[in-house]
Amino acid sequence: MPVYRAPLDDFRFLVEEFLDLDQAADLPSLTDCSADDIRAILREGARLAETVLQPLNAVGDEQGVRLDDDGRATLPEGFAEAYQTYCEAGWNGLTADVDYGGQGLPVFLGLCLSEMLNAANASFAAYPGLTHGAVEVIERHGSDEQKQRYLPPMIAGRWTGTMNLTEPQCGTDLGLIRTRAEPATDGSYRISGTKIWISAGEHDLADNIVHLVLARTPDAPAGTRGISLFIVPKFLPKDDGNAGERNRVRCAGVDRKMGMKASATCEMQYDNAVGFLVGEENRGLAQMFTMMNAARLVTGIQGLGLASVAAQNAASFARERLQGRSLAGPKYPDRPADPIIVHPDVRYMLLKSRALVEGARALGLYTGLQLEIEHRHPDPERRRQAGHFVALMTPIIKAFFTDMGSEVANLGLQVHGGAGYIHDTGVEQFVRDVRITQIYEGTNGVQALDLVGRKLVADNGDLLKSFFSAVQSFIDSVRGEEGMAEFVDPLEQSVKRLASTSALVYQQMSRDPLEAGAASSDFLRLFALTALAWMWARMAAISQRALDAGSDHQTLHQDKLAVARFYFARMLPETLGLEAKVAAGAQTLMALEDDRV
Amino acid sequence: MKILVPIKRVVDYNVRVRVKSDGSGVETEGVKMSINPFDEIALEEALRIRERGEAEEVIVASIGGTDVQQQLRTGLAMGADRAIHVETETAPQPLTVARILLKLIERESPGIVFLGKQAIDDDCNQTAQMLAALWDRPQATFASRVELADGKATVAREVDAGLETIEIELPAVMSSDLRLNEPRFVKLPDIMKAKRKPLDVIAIADLGVEQGAGFEMLAFEPPPKRGGGKVVGSVAELVDELKNRGLL
Repeated sequence: MPVYRAPLDDFRFLVEEFLDLDQAADLPSLTDCSADDIRAILREGARLAETVLQPLNAVGDEQGVRLDDDGRATLPEGFAEAYQTYCEAGWNGLTADVDYGGQGLPVFLGLCLSEMLNAANASFAAYPGLTHGAVEVIERHGSDEQKQRYLPPMIAGRWTGTMNLTEPQCGTDLGLIRTRAEPATDGSYRISGTKIWISAGEHDLADNIVHLVLARTPDAPAGTRGISLFIVPKFLPKDDGNAGERNRVRCAGVDRKMGMKASATCEMQYDNAVGFLVGEENRGLAQMFTMMNAARLVTGIQGLGLASVAAQNAASFARERLQGRSLAGPKYPDRPADPIIVHPDVRYMLLKSRALVEGARALGLYTGLQLEIEHRHPDPERRRQAGHFVALMTPIIKAFFTDMGSEVANLGLQVHGGAGYIHDTGVEQFVRDVRITQIYEGTNGVQALDLVGRKLVADNGDLLKSFFSAVQSFIDSVRGEEGMAEFVDPLEQSVKRLASTSALVYQQMSRDPLEAGAASSDFLRLFALTALAWMWARMAAISQRALDAGSDHQTLHQDKLAVARFYFARMLPETLGLEAKVAAGAQTLMALEDDRV
Repeated sequence: MKILVPIKRVVDYNVRVRVKSDGSGVETEGVKMSINPFDEIALEEALRIRERGEAEEVIVASIGGTDVQQQLRTGLAMGADRAIHVETETAPQPLTVARILLKLIERESPGIVFLGKQAIDDDCNQTAQMLAALWDRPQATFASRVELADGKATVAREVDAGLETIEIELPAVMSSDLRLNEPRFVKLPDIMKAKRKPLDVIAIADLGVEQGAGFEMLAFEPPPKRGGGKVVGSVAELVDELKNRGLL
């Protein structure tokens, strides 16, 4: 069976050496949080993930979610206890506002925790994940009364949250929503309609479930401008704050899925359920996008977590599986055969996985720090710049990290050979579990369109500039440094390639909007691989300096340099092909008639 | 009553230990370090005794370089009231540890010194016994159940033949076995609170203990690779095989 060991050493490297927290020292969340505290927090989070959540991962896959005739869902054995352990230890409130019972710690720390939870048990992680999104919406858009009522129990984990967007006739296109909200005389609304694919819609983990539901009021304008957002609790809160009377919302079915089997994916029926408007009418979609943006980053981290656990199990297997001999003659002559890790192609798969996982982890935490600056930094200009970077990176992290999750989970299975295809080996679960991350929270195709259609052109290209100027200032800071030319020169070239391709895409799509769609997914991958090159060059620079200074972490820094070299030699060149593909334009995609594609 | 819980920083039990290439020790660079699991069980038991109102204060102590403060902070986050760090750069051997602990006992006058029965790195299983002798107080080692009443402790011990229950007078030394309890998970807010709990640092020299070298480490090497197994056809053949190898 797979095991999980949290990458505490890499987290330490990233937080203490890579992130450069000194330049973010004005952050209130960092004033009372030292590097030692962060180590202690991550160590304990790792313990929870490794010893409580990971052992339940296969159990969850095997047992799935059961729904009884009264619409009550039961999660697999051990989930409720594990959730209680998780909440009692305070993990649910790690980054949440201290005013509502959270710990107020920096967002990037939340991303580390999220990676560990998802690597250990992605189905389990879905429940707190949804709650965090819902908390963020209420925090940002709810009334004071709503915040007082809902945030403390949700942050403590006693109540969980959901997001209800999808209906049978509308997924990506939310303008088609039909769920209705009739105003009642007491100022609340009565919600009626059917929502599908609602993650965490029903379960036995918590006392109450707070559904955030998109619906239309009777005279709302058509399309996305007529959607409002409502809080619809499963149990209506009493004045003392506890869950009270049962609301008229029920779970009518739990979907059977390819993976994530312990995450309850529910059909929810609202039959004149009591709902409370969040903010103003017809502002629902914009408000929900608060949640969508955070959820997209976290979805990227799901991909990263699953990639991380898949990669480490593949590496252990390759070191143990004895089969055949090295092409260069026996490397371990005292054994009946060499471990398969001697083979270049096996190493290729493992190194690809490692370069992607560690590169993505660096980019994720870097973006997490920018998110923290965007939300909590005292200087408005710093907040604005960080916000640009986060907005630009959100679709890239969502799409690339989840594509990468799928790629690495499949590579991990491939390294296992036939054993990987056997269910009981446990690694095919990673392939199934990660697959949805490429689809939900906006498919990766939609992310690519968001990048090209919105982010590329937004604010006169300021979003794009936030990336290029950060990379340029890195390049300037290390140019001429001993041993850095092998990274800086190709990085500079690939940044130029990205800049010229961005300009080309912009020209092509101003001529023909179909060009945006034709370029989008290749462009996003080109962007992501360039961003990872920046991350690897930066890690290489830090490691080179640390080795020159005689650091205590020799192995880690030597490894970083070696993997950086691998990335530049064997992965970054893919951008040449992507550049050519983007330049080829839409013509060949559109040539065939619809009925002949 | 105070309970003193000495804890040792060791390579985490989940880590596959590797010997350094020059044979001078085991690899600890980038390796996850934790409280010795038996010590953690001892600390958990001490906390439960305090939570039952049978002790007032739990003190964690550790001997080593600055790094051990990480484990002391974990101990404080678990619930210990304060911590003592005895600072030394050389890893002390069990007898020296026992002598250091005796000095801490003289300072703190605990009713119980609760240790882990052994550390998972060197597996010495000596410190508790030596300490009891030096202190000239009773010992209850390998504890799997502890009950306190009227200045006495009733302790079920895990011995080769099963469980042995003994009664000892306090103050006393105890050492925990694996099944004594299951340590709690540290709560996140308690990690932050632990920063504000007192942690005293004492240089080993200030305790007047000599860092005596009872024995010298010559070399470390990994255990030899296991040779291939052999399937035997019958019991008689098995017995023959064992006899041939001088095992019977």
